[in-house]
Amino acid sequence: MASPRPEQKNEPWKDPGAQPYVRLEKLTKRFGDFVAVDDVTLNIYRGEIFCLLGGSGSGKTTLLRMMAGFERPSEGRIWIDGADVTATPPYERPVNMMFQSYALFPHMSVQKNVAFGLRQDKVAAGEIDQRVTDILKLVRMEQFAKRMPHQLSGGQRQRVALARALVKRPKLLLLDEPLAALDRKLREHTQFELLNIQEKLGVTFVVVTHDQEEAMTLATRIGVMNHGGIAQIGTASDIYEYPGSRFVADFIGSVNMFEGRLVEDEPDYVRVASDELGGTFHVGHGVSAAPDATVWVALRPEKIVLSRERPDGDGDNRVEGVVAEVAYRGDQSIYLVKLATGRQMRVTQPNTLRTGTGERIRWDDRVWLSWDSSSPVVVTQ
Amino acid sequence: MNRRSHFVTAMMVAGFLFLYLPIVLMIAFSFNESRLVTVWGGFSTKWYGELFRNQQILGAAWLSFKIAAMNATGATVLGTLAGLALARFGHFCGRPLLTGLATAPLVMPEVITGLSLLLLFVAMEQAIGWPEGRGITTITIAHMTFSMAYVTVVVQSRLATLDESLEEAAMDLGARPAKVFFLITLPIILPAILAGWLLAFTLSWDDLVITSFVTGPGSSTLPVVIFSKVRLGVSPDINALATLLVLAVATFTTVFGLYMIRQQKRRDLEVQRAIAANE
Repeated sequence: MASPRPEQKNEPWKDPGAQPYVRLEKLTKRFGDFVAVDDVTLNIYRGEIFCLLGGSGSGKTTLLRMMAGFERPSEGRIWIDGADVTATPPYERPVNMMFQSYALFPHMSVQKNVAFGLRQDKVAAGEIDQRVTDILKLVRMEQFAKRMPHQLSGGQRQRVALARALVKRPKLLLLDEPLAALDRKLREHTQFELLNIQEKLGVTFVVVTHDQEEAMTLATRIGVMNHGGIAQIGTASDIYEYPGSRFVADFIGSVNMFEGRLVEDEPDYVRVASDELGGTFHVGHGVSAAPDATVWVALRPEKIVLSRERPDGDGDNRVEGVVAEVAYRGDQSIYLVKLATGRQMRVTQPNTLRTGTGERIRWDDRVWLSWDSSSPVVVTQ
Repeated sequence: MNRRSHFVTAMMVAGFLFLYLPIVLMIAFSFNESRLVTVWGGFSTKWYGELFRNQQILGAAWLSFKIAAMNATGATVLGTLAGLALARFGHFCGRPLLTGLATAPLVMPEVITGLSLLLLFVAMEQAIGWPEGRGITTITIAHMTFSMAYVTVVVQSRLATLDESLEEAAMDLGARPAKVFFLITLPIILPAILAGWLLAFTLSWDDLVITSFVTGPGSSTLPVVIFSKVRLGVSPDINALATLLVLAVATFTTVFGLYMIRQQKRRDLEVQRAIAANE
């Protein structure tokens, strides 16, 4: 899950004086009685790769299509670079889109496909040739200019679609599931290529995806969508480490979720008693909730330490159980540990030692699970 | 050979005989010396010569060709527009009605269509003086009313399978809706439109029932002429004419079919090469 992107040097969303490049204001889209997008307000800054992440029916594609101009919002406004484009038709917006199906024109060669947008703008022929050649070089497709779309492989089509969307130098590039049609190996490779190209051209990207790994690799920030609304906005690590709700914690990665009751509430720590856990969480961050309120504690599987011996220290943040399942995954193993309360807990451990060396934890072993007080996250909704 | 394959072979032969024996017989009798159609009197090509001296048949064939071409062109334009409206303009007011009206001629008995068109033409002539009498104009209009339905269905079903994001992509790249249609949609659905044109041509070319309602003196199409001649007894030059028609159709479909197969093979090969070259 490590991000290839070096820590962002500038984080304009943290600067209250920064002007958003794209602003969606109270955007709502209704299809009859069905609310596809529900009151979304969102600021996207220049040069960002903003990922809209959500399951099917979460409204992410409708939101993207409103930015492109294919759907008229029922309410709200869209601003791009200071101009209100809410009522601007798609052929007049400074926005281009890369479609999930790539939508290459089947009766035109690669060269003609890429040149199509420039021709519509009545750019001089010589300049069209130059710009098409340059952009095809950038996506490493210059030797395929004469080919027809059906003579290209999936990865090549993806690059032509990207070139066609970029050649008009849009202020905003929208990408609808850009890598979904590629196989796994090619997808990983293409993710980095996409980052490279974005960095070179400095175009602002909005990417729609249902693939959380893709979102985490690409995005400067992720907007997690649920039921037409934005559940949480943040960097990949914000969203993974500090989920704001049960939905987000559950949607991103895997998580052990325990219902509990706030028994101690201090500014710098809280204690949560959970009947499901059969113990108490000591959580190293403050929570804004009423005392005795019902809360949920989210604990990531890789942040749990598995041991045969009882850990030292006091009685919080630990629990005893029996290993019910072990799944060997090569780089790591997944353990399902059954607690005394009947709940199962998912634990992943890196396989730092080669199998067969040292003593391994097996089925039906009695084990202790423990974790640091910085690991659990308390969510109230 | 086992018993099963004997059975299959027998059924196949029976099927082909059922389909093609009448045509083979007709071709054979077109080379008959005898004037009596059903009695073999020796080989001769004289009926072909006779045919090319028969001004009535040649005139009727030329008239049928003109009507079929005009009808096919008109029906293709109207049918394409109707297909577009049904496939691309969402749920506009009156859409169910248009769907019903556009496709009703597919199931309407031809006698009803012919009769109602005749009544309409007569009433119009009395009211506004057009069309004057019945002839090539009324036949063409009548043919367009029913062959347009076939074009509509062909174009609509092609558009239904056409990825709408192609049109959206063109619009996204700066093309206005009219340009999107002429640069993207039309070239892609052109084969379907051509198929619709050919279908409309064929329907018009061999229509007898509707034509006989709306035809007038001096404008007898080929099917009308053949039918009226046959009522007085089949003459062998009709066999010769039919043979020539079969030959024309067979040549056209064979050449076109072979061309399509070659295109498809070449395309499949290119697709496979593209997949194989995948890095």
